[in-house]
Amino acid sequence: MEKRVTFNERLLPYLLIAPQMAITLVFFFWPSGQAIRQSLLLEDAFGGSTKFVWFDNFTALFSDPAYFASVRLTLVFSALVATLGLAVSLLLAVMADRVIRGASVYKTFLIWPYAVAPAVAGVLWGFLFNPSVGLVTWMLRGVGVDFNYVIDGNQALLLIIVASVWNQVSYNFLFFLAGLQSIPKSLIEAAAIDGAGPGKRFWDIVFPLLSPTAFFLLVVNIIYAFFGTFGVVGSLTQGGPARATEILVWKVYNDGFRGQDLGSSSAQSVILMLAVILLTVAQFRFIERRVHY
Amino acid sequence: MVENRPWLTFFSHLTVIVGVLVIAFPIWVTFVASTHDQVTMLHSPIPLLPGSHLIENYTKILTQGYNAKSMPVLGMMMNSMIMALGVAIGKILISIISAFAIVYFRFPLRMLCFWAIFVTLMLPVEVRIVPTYGVVANLGMVDTYPGLIIPLIASATATFLFRQFFLSVPDELAEAARVDGAGPLRFFRDILLPMSRTSIAALFVIQFIYGWNQYLWPLLITTKESFYTIVMNVSRQANIQDSAPQWNLLMAMAMLAMLPPVAVVVFMQRLFVRGLVETEK
Amino acid sequence: MAQVHLRGVQKTYDNKVDVIHGIDMEIADGEFIVIVGPSGCGKSTLLRMVAGLEKITGGEVAIGDRVVNKLEPKDRDIAMVFQNYALYPHMSVYANMAYGLKIRKLSKEEIDGRVRKAAKMLELEKLLDRTPRQLSGGQRQRVAMGRALVREPSVFLFDEPLSNLDAKLRVQMRLEIKRLQRELGVTSVYVTHDQVEAMTLADRLIVMNAGVAEQIGTPMDVYERPSSVFVAGFIGSPAMNFLAAKVGEDSRTVDLAGTGSGKVTLLLAQATTAAPGTPIALGIRPEHLLPSSDGPLEFDIEMAEPLGADTLLHGRFGAARELVTVREGGNVQAKSGEKRRFSVGTTRLHLFDSQTGKRIADA
Repeated sequence: MEKRVTFNERLLPYLLIAPQMAITLVFFFWPSGQAIRQSLLLEDAFGGSTKFVWFDNFTALFSDPAYFASVRLTLVFSALVATLGLAVSLLLAVMADRVIRGASVYKTFLIWPYAVAPAVAGVLWGFLFNPSVGLVTWMLRGVGVDFNYVIDGNQALLLIIVASVWNQVSYNFLFFLAGLQSIPKSLIEAAAIDGAGPGKRFWDIVFPLLSPTAFFLLVVNIIYAFFGTFGVVGSLTQGGPARATEILVWKVYNDGFRGQDLGSSSAQSVILMLAVILLTVAQFRFIERRVHY
Repeated sequence: MVENRPWLTFFSHLTVIVGVLVIAFPIWVTFVASTHDQVTMLHSPIPLLPGSHLIENYTKILTQGYNAKSMPVLGMMMNSMIMALGVAIGKILISIISAFAIVYFRFPLRMLCFWAIFVTLMLPVEVRIVPTYGVVANLGMVDTYPGLIIPLIASATATFLFRQFFLSVPDELAEAARVDGAGPLRFFRDILLPMSRTSIAALFVIQFIYGWNQYLWPLLITTKESFYTIVMNVSRQANIQDSAPQWNLLMAMAMLAMLPPVAVVVFMQRLFVRGLVETEK
Repeated sequence: MAQVHLRGVQKTYDNKVDVIHGIDMEIADGEFIVIVGPSGCGKSTLLRMVAGLEKITGGEVAIGDRVVNKLEPKDRDIAMVFQNYALYPHMSVYANMAYGLKIRKLSKEEIDGRVRKAAKMLELEKLLDRTPRQLSGGQRQRVAMGRALVREPSVFLFDEPLSNLDAKLRVQMRLEIKRLQRELGVTSVYVTHDQVEAMTLADRLIVMNAGVAEQIGTPMDVYERPSSVFVAGFIGSPAMNFLAAKVGEDSRTVDLAGTGSGKVTLLLAQATTAAPGTPIALGIRPEHLLPSSDGPLEFDIEMAEPLGADTLLHGRFGAARELVTVREGGNVQAKSGEKRRFSVGTTRLHLFDSQTGKRIADA
């Protein structure tokens, strides 16, 4: 898409675009370049000597079981966060769409978790499930379940999944609701006349028409699960216990800042960058094929 | 539609209400916790109804800080506010003029700049956190407001939104402006800008929330407590290793941390939704 | 095939707004009924109540001998063609038409047979594998009709199906619909705001205005004996002229204001029930004003609009205030400021009560 009419100025456009370009160069390209550079180096922990080691950092990662554990963990984690998040919000959106009265009130109540920072969400859920004073912990104890996410790795994983899904439901809900409302009512009516009951109408008509939205949200949710959940992990488990919740993005931070292993951390950054680029490209590609009516 | 399925309507209402309750539950518990005293908080189960210490708790943390060693939360909220406003305003400013340049001018390197900006959409700051910190530290921007704000305005979501919007503005407007004798800057100021008002507002809402809710970046960039933001501090205090947190005060701080973004979302709901939907296109 | 009975059908929205005030009609088996009226008169609402897409607040609708008020659309044995076609965008033309039959669990052979038969009737055979996106407006409209056809319902419902087509296509499709309905003999209820469509398609019309059926009758009934000012003005183009007049002596004539201080008296074919001196609105259709060298109506021409086959003359009669349109056949040379004389047949005068707008009966 291009504009037919443009202004004829020589210097002005450069001046206008300069601030953003400057910031982009300094705070985006330079660090990204640094990441790539550092991933090819082996630095002394105290910044003493640096050695150029080609792809050693990468091969070290690929033979590190802890790294693969993190990769697998991240994949499982994002799959669960994405599917749970989409399923719950789709259900809520469909139900909210059916309800003519009160729909806007429900909507208001369902969207404000988006405003809660992931880090704060982590604190809230940590409080609910706190081994000593957590309300839900107490309730679970009442039914015989001993919940201690500080010790139990699976429980910790479950907790960060719940907290992350909680945080993301509103976003998905909004997009699903908008998608549902954009389906022309006459299509639903035609299906009703054709003889489809509510269930069939949903699966045969609504869901296929919602699939572009669903696919878009899937990619967004995966990217969120990969990166946006950093705050949740930081507040709740810090990657523990015993690496049970050490998702990739946390590992980058942990290895780099806490472990001071800049080479490994940078290599992980580079790998993650490639993963995101692939995901985003996939997203843009498929968005182009949206159904239009 | 004539449908003899009243139970389905009932079920729909029920589902949504259950959803609302589950969503609201953590926040309710947090709120309740913030209104009790410390002693109540140490016994399990903690109460489900608010206590009487609301004013006392909030005043304490706002004016005196979370504990003897920390600074008043009011100060932290100021930091968060400065950061959020800085990010929102800064991003909008640089993006709108960049979008204007890209859409309304033809200049060499235009496409290069466009793609360079486009690429920033792809990488969230967490991925390149280590080197970004390095750059900022080298520039001596640790423990400064610019250090908190500027690196976060590098991503191009706003630029894209404005670009899309400008592309949808009819060409005739620019032509009429030219005929009237207006140069590009006048056109921008007198015509384009007023038309962009709603987009700017919607984007402002989203970016404000984004800036306020930052966790990792303030965590790294600030070493002096006077620069702490409230969101990062809530997380920090919840995880202090040596002692159990003072839950009632901590939850009060969490409530304060959530308050401005939630208020913005609730009171500017339409703008917020529009901002979300448009940013992601 | 079935009759449709509308008995006291009413629609009220919960904020106590009455949208439909009670419609009564008996539709015979195989009849083509057109509900016509301006935007907002409630015609679509009425149709949707028959379809089951709107709840019936009062009265009842019966299809055949079943009262269908409480039945869901799918149980009423109806099929509907929507204004914007409502084709399922992600399904092929074949799948769109087959969908309703699939749900009713017809056998594959039966479905295939019906779909292909309908496709043949509507010339869609070559388009069966396409999706709606790949079709033109007229093609989509035919698919929408095909979807209704294959169901072989008791009643067809049409909700302004031709509104989204261009003028030429509209005329074409109008004929197709009429032809199909004749061939299939299925009771049809058709909603439109276009009075030409109404006149050409209907066996009988319901002319609706603000939720009320102003007149129910055949097209000719409605044209020749409109029951109110509204119907008279709505049907026929250019619209009927209305002149302020008074009933003359013996109730056998009407008096109009004439030129100078005189008045123009027109003879009625039959005496009217209104008393002499009653103020009335006199309706005369543009096409019924005949040029006559000694006619009673002296016409001052203000503007002439040559259409080719006809000419429209706009002007006033004598001292009467109203602007009147006359339709003369052929290309009539006329200039602003000219005077012409016209006469009108005695059976072509329509008397309406000035207050109520209702037609005044003959004695």
